[in-house]
Amino acid sequence: MALNIISGGLQTTVQDAGRFGYQRFGFSPSGALDMRSYAVANMLVGNAGGEAALEITMLGPVIEFIGDHTIALTGADMRPEIDGRPSKMYASIEVRAGQVLSFAGQVNGIRAYLAVAGGIDVPEVMGSRSTHIKCRTGGHMGRALTAGDMLPTLPAGIAARPARSIDVHEDHRAPAVLRAVLGPQDNMFTPETLAALRSSTYISTAQSDRMACRMQGTALKHLGGADIISDGIAMGAVQVPPNGQPVIMLSDRQTTGGYAKIATVVSADIRLLAQAQPGRAFTFTTVSRRDAEKIARREAAYLRTLARRMARAQ
Amino acid sequence: MVADTVKLLCAGDGALVAEFGDEISERVNGRVLALADMIDSAGIAGVIETIPTFRSLMICYSPEVIRARKLMREVTRLCARMGAAPAAREGVLIDIPVVYDGPDLSDVASHAGLTEAEVIAIHSGATYRIYMLGFLPGFAYLGGLDRRIHSPRLEVPRQEIAAGSVGIGGEQTGIYPLPSPGGWRLIGRTPLKPYDPARANPFLYAAGDRIRFVPIGPDEYGEIAAHKDGGVTWRSI
Repeated sequence: MALNIISGGLQTTVQDAGRFGYQRFGFSPSGALDMRSYAVANMLVGNAGGEAALEITMLGPVIEFIGDHTIALTGADMRPEIDGRPSKMYASIEVRAGQVLSFAGQVNGIRAYLAVAGGIDVPEVMGSRSTHIKCRTGGHMGRALTAGDMLPTLPAGIAARPARSIDVHEDHRAPAVLRAVLGPQDNMFTPETLAALRSSTYISTAQSDRMACRMQGTALKHLGGADIISDGIAMGAVQVPPNGQPVIMLSDRQTTGGYAKIATVVSADIRLLAQAQPGRAFTFTTVSRRDAEKIARREAAYLRTLARRMARAQ
Repeated sequence: MVADTVKLLCAGDGALVAEFGDEISERVNGRVLALADMIDSAGIAGVIETIPTFRSLMICYSPEVIRARKLMREVTRLCARMGAAPAAREGVLIDIPVVYDGPDLSDVASHAGLTEAEVIAIHSGATYRIYMLGFLPGFAYLGGLDRRIHSPRLEVPRQEIAAGSVGIGGEQTGIYPLPSPGGWRLIGRTPLKPYDPARANPFLYAAGDRIRFVPIGPDEYGEIAAHKDGGVTWRSI
């Protein structure tokens, strides 16, 4: 059983929940950028969670299914089609051997997730199947998919699976609010700059990728310089280089860096950046650490509830 | 900064930063590594991993499993136990074989007013402490480069530097573990791979270890490179 890649799309990579334990060696975790969509895709096909899926960026691949598969598509709407006929998102779909999945064009969001029952069977490297493109490690040969690639899929287990679907309507083009906790180097900025952060609109630029979302907007001025002694960079860290334009660090980020970080976007809002096409408008709102933790717990609870509901689906 | 205090900072909902000072020094870095070791041993539920850097330790955790306030209490407790001069973990000393034939070796020499042989002797004559890894997997930030061979970075960085290249950039020296653009002056090359995902231990060294560069000839380079374990045990070849 396999996925025969007829055309690779713009940047299609194998991702799972990430590769942890190696940041101290300079190796960032990678993993699905929109963790919620990735998790839901696995739930829809009856996977336990953590199985490798495809992260599809902007321009989708063309995939022929070798063998029967149960699949699900979540995240960005790129107008998926099976054998040329529009296919549902956020639902489990039985595809037959020989059927072809393609995408007619991106309309809402820029990253879609394709999960298959059983998961994609690329080798685990350092405990994960995630692709780190810059380090040429993991996933399928450490790179994005291209025509001719053949990705084995794992056997799905029980043959009969209940049809699962959920209702998701989200406009990824709309301006969005990013909730962020101030720090660790918020003391390197003036109160006026912190106010500017909260009141300005920033747009995501085309220079954004899996490493970072590069924003454009009101320059954030440092009290002194932008440089710090290189220290650790968390997921969602808002780095402010000398030009004052914020750079939000994502899954394939450098693990350490020498620019002041004014705030850190909460993990639950990273998916908004993952779905941002160039030009999407964002504003920042600062939240306390305690509120940020509540948000994280709420997101985890939401996913647990969804998982339970779908596990019971008959 | 008052000696021996630790500042705990928040980095979003999934990371804390324990800051031990505002300088690059063995003493401060020693405390960072000591805390890292203590957290590794403590087995605190919810802690995912830590990232030691020059003067701070980032502690990555799951907010669904442990609250920041509890983690901060644990970390403060461990720091109190640490004392003024924590017992340094016995870092490993790693010899890195280098063929000193880099394209910028003569530039480095003339900039320093030395002969190439003198540059090689100085570079390979020191033992360098690894303060942290970052930038790329296996890229070590080393302390101890002799002032005499500090060299400015290239005006125009190279588009691609081969993996294994040994270079000097400003006050820093080190090894590029992967092909990468870069502005360092290249003085040599090593057949060893600081990062090899196929190896049982993918990383040759960690923060707190020490490195010595050992001059070798091109023939020995070939022998080491061809060795089945990637040349990791090259001393015994």
